[in-house]
Amino acid sequence: MTTTIPLSITVDGEQRDLDVDPRTTLLDALRERLAVTTPKKGCDHGQCGACTVLVDGRRVLSCLTLAVAKDGADVVTANGLAPDGGSHPVTEAFLANDAFQCGYCTPGQVCSAVGAIDEARRGMPSAATADLAGDDVVLDRAEIAERMSGNLCRCAAYVNIVTAVEEAASR
Amino acid sequence: MKPFTYARPDEASDAVAALVADPDARFLAGGTNLLDHLKLGVVEPSQLVDVNRVTSTEITELDDGTLRIGAGVANSDLAADSRVRRRYPAVAAAILAGASGQLRNMASTGGNLLQRTRCPYFADATTPCTKRSLDEACSAREGWARYHAILGASESCIATHPSDLAVALVAVDAQVQVLGPDGARTIPIGEFHRLPGDDPTRDTVLEHGDLVTAVDLPAPAPAVTNSTYRKVRDRASYAFALVSVAAGLEVRDGVVADVRIALGGVAHKPWRATTAEAALRGRPATDEEFRAAITAELEAAEPVESPLGGNAYKIPLVTGTVVSTLRGLAGGTS
Ligand SMILES: Cc1cc2nc3c(=O)[nH]c(=O)nc-3n(C[C@H](O)[C@H](O)[C@H](O)COP(=O)(O)OP(=O)(O)OC[C@H]3O[C@@H](n4cnc5c(N)ncnc54)[C@H](O)[C@@H]3O)c2cc1C
Ligand code: SF4
Ligand code: FES
Ligand code: FES
Repeated sequence: MTTTIPLSITVDGEQRDLDVDPRTTLLDALRERLAVTTPKKGCDHGQCGACTVLVDGRRVLSCLTLAVAKDGADVVTANGLAPDGGSHPVTEAFLANDAFQCGYCTPGQVCSAVGAIDEARRGMPSAATADLAGDDVVLDRAEIAERMSGNLCRCAAYVNIVTAVEEAASR
Repeated sequence: MKPFTYARPDEASDAVAALVADPDARFLAGGTNLLDHLKLGVVEPSQLVDVNRVTSTEITELDDGTLRIGAGVANSDLAADSRVRRRYPAVAAAILAGASGQLRNMASTGGNLLQRTRCPYFADATTPCTKRSLDEACSAREGWARYHAILGASESCIATHPSDLAVALVAVDAQVQVLGPDGARTIPIGEFHRLPGDDPTRDTVLEHGDLVTAVDLPAPAPAVTNSTYRKVRDRASYAFALVSVAAGLEVRDGVVADVRIALGGVAHKPWRATTAEAALRGRPATDEEFRAAITAELEAAEPVESPLGGNAYKIPLVTGTVVSTLRGLAGGTS
């Protein structure tokens, strides 16, 4: 027998309260319990990035996050990136550059790109950063490809995804 | 997934006590390894004890120049810390060579050291694996052994330790701070992970209930400030190491004054190449000397031959990687 645990999170700006079995991942809580189907389930094992959301401002994988461990958190999916239902510059750049084909990986790609651009602005290095000791990151194509490597795209829209992120980052 | 209960204590001692009281309870940090294994049925805990409220997320400098990394510091924050990047470049580079941006945001310093092997038979509860159960045989010896150990393995297990961070920590002589039921103790990172011997179920010397609270990086020697991490893998990003090297070098007047070499992807623990280090100290910093030293280290290698893919390729791969990494640290092209 499992006892459920009460949980309160903010999802795309709206406060949501629910009771969850401790085994529930954040991804399943969003999709199956709250009908927030923006994040997608690709692998369910941390290997594809389709489930990427922002938790308290940082990009994470919702499939490897236990919902109960995020009580009180602020969760943002690709649908809640811009205020008042508008569209976010990264989303617009994906549209403008054909940065998807089937679109299944796209909500995860967009959230990951928003997180990656923010990390770069804060000077966080990546494996592609030439000067590890330096404070500034230039988001060139090599940097973007490395920082986005946790998001797989079975349609291989990578070339345009990198272009979209490059364009969004330069705004 | 089997049902489990969830607790989030506010005191580290309560987290330790919760595990001591329940042999089937497990700590939960970032969850990036544990949740994967829960879904796969590799572990079936009765209780998860969330340590996120009881492990520090701070990196602080102690009076003697030691940098103390709280066990709760995210991998991405550790790699971004300017003191770590400038004084311990191998540590920052090793983290950045692993996993993905999302995973590094989630993964904790403590959890990284405690992650389990990526041996595919270990992760597949339907195949025999001695690391999962001492009653079962090892499937890798006669199976797919491409990722497996060439040094220090045993009849019962040929798995490698997957952490990139741990390899760099071995090269910089980090110390692991642990809180157990009998109080706090310090374990040198080189003694933290185990060789498999006849009990591969244990990856480290920790006992059930031991909580990693911090990792200390001692004030950096010149060879640590001049250090780096090189990882060789099947694709350029987001893949585990075939082999890797964390190396540091101090050259004075063309002669090796100090050298650190730790190897990843070759053993059940990060492998400190002490034979190679001893062979190099006081010798000219040349390719020939680097090659002779790592060749001497690898004399003990016992590659696995397997019809499904062996790992003898790791010997030349480690040799070339070490030589080129040391050459780069000596000022040449790597
Ligand atoms: C797709 C994928 C790719 C990856 N690629 C790489 C890679 O290239 N290189 C690499 O190094 N890693 C890689 N990783 C592994 C990742 O680095 C680890 O999963 C992560 O570091 C584990 O940290 P965590 O905080 O999430 O641990 P958790 O999953 O929460 O815990 C892991 C283990 O540590 C124990 N534990 C946690 N905290 C403590 C503590 N403070 N004291 C004692 N025990 C504790 C837990 O009980 C559990 O057994 C990858 C993971 C995935 C999913
Ligand atoms: S190598 Fe170790 S982990 Fe892999 S199947 Fe054999 S016993 Fe299990
Ligand atoms: S569904 Fe989470 S990473 Fe694939
Ligand atoms: S657009 Fe189809 S998976 Fe990426």
